[in-house]
Amino acid sequence: MRVRIWGCRGSIAAPGPDTVRYGGNTACVEVRLDDGSLLILDAGTGARALGHALRDALPPRIDLLLTHLHVDHLQGLGFFLPIWSPETELHIWGPSSPVNSLEDRIATYFSPPLFPVHVSQVPARTVFHDAPDRSWTIGGATIYAQPILHPGPTVGFRIEENGHSLAYVTDHEPALGVDLTTVGPEWISGYALARDADVLIHDCQYSEDEYDRHVGWGHASTAHTARFAEIANADRLLLFHHDPLHDDDELDAMCARVRELWGVGDERCAVAAEGMTFEL
Amino acid sequence: MSTAQRNLILILARDFASRLATPVFLVDQDGTLVYFNEAAERVLGQAYVEGRTVAAGEWSTAFAPVGEAGDAVELQELPLGIALTDHRPAHRALRIVGADDVVREIEVTAFPLFAHADEFVGAIAIFWEQPEGA
Repeated sequence: MRVRIWGCRGSIAAPGPDTVRYGGNTACVEVRLDDGSLLILDAGTGARALGHALRDALPPRIDLLLTHLHVDHLQGLGFFLPIWSPETELHIWGPSSPVNSLEDRIATYFSPPLFPVHVSQVPARTVFHDAPDRSWTIGGATIYAQPILHPGPTVGFRIEENGHSLAYVTDHEPALGVDLTTVGPEWISGYALARDADVLIHDCQYSEDEYDRHVGWGHASTAHTARFAEIANADRLLLFHHDPLHDDDELDAMCARVRELWGVGDERCAVAAEGMTFEL
Repeated sequence: MSTAQRNLILILARDFASRLATPVFLVDQDGTLVYFNEAAERVLGQAYVEGRTVAAGEWSTAFAPVGEAGDAVELQELPLGIALTDHRPAHRALRIVGADDVVREIEVTAFPLFAHADEFVGAIAIFWEQPEGA
């Protein structure tokens, strides 16, 4: 699979001269499977540029995997060009809710007055799926979704294809209620998704000092991210969901801290950046 | 993908229990004891050991539970056993013998945990020690 990051900022888009290197768009990751199938992880503001890039070769089917419905993961959907084409078959997968359907919850944002068009009126043929508890296949890949610790229904995803694995565990607070240094891995949210992943894309919104003021907000600190990656035995880690208040230099410092705590070099731990591509 | 991880509901239940001053006992969908909190340690007379699990057949007899009339109470009659087998809440007064050999009168309320309406993932028991003479 080929992976390209179109947005890795958290909470709100943060464009500007201080965020040029890592980017200001919110969460959106393109995954191209070996058979050409297109998976998109989250539809933050990065989805706008991705949709634009697809304009000359719209794939007949797109699978959008939403970790949750906070606006920084959904805001780009209305500006994702393929949804305005009746030729597009868009499958949207997201966490189930005991109360409302996925479509109804998306429509909370994607409808007037917050957006001029109701989601049910977009031209694309849209199919909504609650992410199943059991694995499912898209193209040649096996997809897993599992609930993770974050306010409201939220899942992480794991994509396996041809013996390679990508774990996408953004918006995640693995240390809430547990001591990652003592608890068994079976008690750690997200562990099964991330275990032995070739690449783990993981929340790293806060420094250790900042986390103390944000307990329960659903995000990880540098220390938690390092410990989680170590416990999961991830081969490579990409720090994701950058705080909108962090500039590029601060992200560099946070990455250095994660490497120090985990005891790895830059070949195993990096800051996710807009435009970054890699293959598995 | 590995399945060697507790359901998130159990992780959250453990988090909740770990913060409570009220004794809490947590079992998984098979009835295996997977956690009890510090407050429960005092009543049960033993410490929780990380990673040690106890099968239902063992924990249900380990504390020799008897009813108010002194009759032995089987697993399926314990509030937690009812939550496990019938998937409904239950409450009962019991007398137990802690691992420290102290006899204690307790009240137990147990209820099942569902991740979805049709996905039973475990059960939780909250209990109180009755003051002497109560």
